[in-house]
Amino acid sequence: MKHLYTWSAILVIVLASVVGDILLARAMKQVGDCHALYRRSGLWAVVGRILSNSTFFLGVGAMALGFFSLLFALSWGDVSLVAPAAASLTFIGNAFAAKIFLHEKVDRRRWFAAVLVAAGVALLAG
Amino acid sequence: MTFRKYLVLAGVTVFAAAGDSMLSHGMKQTGNISLHHLSSVLLAVLNPWVAVGIVLLLAFFAAYMNALSWADLTYVLPATSLGYVLLALVAKFALHEQVSPMRWIGIALISGGVGFVAGGPALTQHPHEHSESPPFDSAQGKLLAKDARNGAAADEAVPSGAER
Repeated sequence: MKHLYTWSAILVIVLASVVGDILLARAMKQVGDCHALYRRSGLWAVVGRILSNSTFFLGVGAMALGFFSLLFALSWGDVSLVAPAAASLTFIGNAFAAKIFLHEKVDRRRWFAAVLVAAGVALLAG
Repeated sequence: MTFRKYLVLAGVTVFAAAGDSMLSHGMKQTGNISLHHLSSVLLAVLNPWVAVGIVLLLAFFAAYMNALSWADLTYVLPATSLGYVLLALVAKFALHEQVSPMRWIGIALISGGVGFVAGGPALTQHPHEHSESPPFDSAQGKLLAKDARNGAAADEAVPSGAER
């Protein structure tokens, strides 16, 4: 039963982090290249453009949800399982979600990178 | 990819690793926080390690947002995962912790993953409103690399003091 709780918590963390990352990535693509914008109109234009983007705040909210569910899960779950499992599954989840929702071209090279990094993170934190 | 963009990716990596380790160090000093004493979270901020850790994580967030504005999510995430490797190396050489063979394999896998993604293009999607921003690579690369040194500290919302 404890297993079930732990894995549901991991699922919630991964979902919230993936949704957060996707929303933030989309928001920043709507904002446009920060360097170009900065050179054209200055720092406040960049800040203003980001803060007037509602997708950005949704993304921050999802990230916060992921962060607090991680803290919550860490308070009763097994740290050596929850932290690496959540981190590496988030890498894989992001690759899928970026392909589907952001239409990034996730080619073989990027799949390989995502899988290698996910495996590496699992080993490092485990 | 210009020098300045590599600098931003390095910022994402270093700020995240440094911020996390400072937070972790500070939270170990402040002790356990239970759900019944949530007010102790506020007191934790008074710990200098925690405070500096938070500033560094804010710098990380600014650099991360900057990177996402010109690169794919599936590029930024693996490229900045070198932070994990950095943490392990700091643990080994600065904190003199034991790094197990398992962890060295993990480090090798992450480095391999970073190598894979770094060889490819940073941006593959084509946002419709992209026409506004001028093309940014090769031709302007040298120019950008030059003013990166003057402008990097003032760029974005990164507090310039956080680097020191």
